Amino acid sequence: MHQSALIDRHRALGARLVDFAGWEMPVQYTGILDEHRAVRERVGLFDLSHMGEVWVSGPGAAAGLATALISDPTRLAPGRAQYSMMCTADGGIVDDLIVYRLADERFLVVPNAANREAVVAALRERLAACDAAVDDASLRTSLVAVQGPRAAELLEPLTDVDLPALRYYALAEGHAGGQPAYVARTGYTGEDGFELFLDWDAAVPVWDALLDAGARLGILPCGLGARDTLRLEAGMPLYGNELDLHTNPFEAGLGRVVKFDKPADFVGRAALERVAQEGPQRQLVGLTLRDRGIARHGYEVYLPDAAVAAGLITSGAPSPTLGVAIAMAYLPPANAQVGNMVEVAIRATRAAAEVVPLPFYKRRS
Amino acid sequence: MQVPDDLRYTRDHEWLRIEGDEALVGITAYAASELGDVVFVELPETGAQLETAQTFGVVESVKTASDLYSPAAGEVLATNPALADKPELVNDDPYGEGWMVRLRLADADAARADHERLMDPAAYRELIATD
Repeated sequence: MHQSALIDRHRALGARLVDFAGWEMPVQYTGILDEHRAVRERVGLFDLSHMGEVWVSGPGAAAGLATALISDPTRLAPGRAQYSMMCTADGGIVDDLIVYRLADERFLVVPNAANREAVVAALRERLAACDAAVDDASLRTSLVAVQGPRAAELLEPLTDVDLPALRYYALAEGHAGGQPAYVARTGYTGEDGFELFLDWDAAVPVWDALLDAGARLGILPCGLGARDTLRLEAGMPLYGNELDLHTNPFEAGLGRVVKFDKPADFVGRAALERVAQEGPQRQLVGLTLRDRGIARHGYEVYLPDAAVAAGLITSGAPSPTLGVAIAMAYLPPANAQVGNMVEVAIRATRAAAEVVPLPFYKRRS
Repeated sequence: MQVPDDLRYTRDHEWLRIEGDEALVGITAYAASELGDVVFVELPETGAQLETAQTFGVVESVKTASDLYSPAAGEVLATNPALADKPELVNDDPYGEGWMVRLRLADADAARADHERLMDPAAYRELIATD
């Protein structure tokens, strides 16, 4: 099992550690609810070192990535990032990922931990004919995130990067906590925040500096449990729940990520063009439970009084911010309209739920 | 982790306080801590007849749902009304205000004598130390 450079810090903080995609990572420290609220109201500190970091460099890097992914990285300006996906030839999702462009010929691709090896193998294969090198730096790169309305206030005195000038989905090379860092204004919580890509061992002094400086702001270290409830409220998909090889981007409501107008052919184009034309077979929706109970991953969703399930819950949790149980589910497009009532099978009972717009939570900007 | 001396314990991390032919049931501090923040507790109707090891309810934390198993056979005399609005009592006071059901035991003497299923505190401490 992999351990992050911060494993001793997590143990000292009393974290509950779990196996997450082959990494021993904190699921919570003090409690998911407290950690969740810290991020919504103040600032939270995350160790995300399990995430992959794959460098793609060379004259053919931009064009190569444009054929390997469904988005168009050739259009990214240096210093900017884009949300993207890698698909199979039949349009299924291999992974969702972030592509950062550091320079004309230098990209950082950040896949999920569970899909890192699949993404690296596919990049090597799909870019084999391009003049570009694929370097999997995941095991020598730490990733620490600060997320929340006070994240900028926390990081500002600890970095030489011009944070006010750093836009959402932008990144800059500089220092954080005295260590060389790529500072990105990205995250997975629905709040403002930053992700710091660091040399492996640099995570420890940077973590200490952030926790120390954050004390007066009410910072809490946050685990994967809070990360999951935060991203769910923000309507962000999680690979393995909302996304998988049998799901295409249009079903997930992420058709905008597919760039058919890019010049390059790309893996999945023909299949995805067909879906775009015919419309998806099912659609990801947000649900708010109107009865007591919590819808969880895998629970069946029924149309009122129907005997056969119409869909499945992909993620569900009590929303700490909204105070109700929320969930995402796939439903037939005909039943996916906001305001439709459905029923979620929770053990022996069926709980009423209403289709609501995604995201469940949007920060005041 | 707190394991009071005056209670009996199951492998499923329920505790039982036998008082005459009645028993109070809840989940242990260890179980509550493993679950994390409890946000919802589903309990049986008063009057329900429970078999030993029967599922009688569910504790939901933010992260997961976990079944409750009856530590002994009996009739549900009462359920904790406070848990509907304050499920966090299960975390804050698992052996006190976080109790779940009061049973009339079908056979209180048999329950007292069943040290295999209803462990003594020392045996339970050993169980969670190796869990």
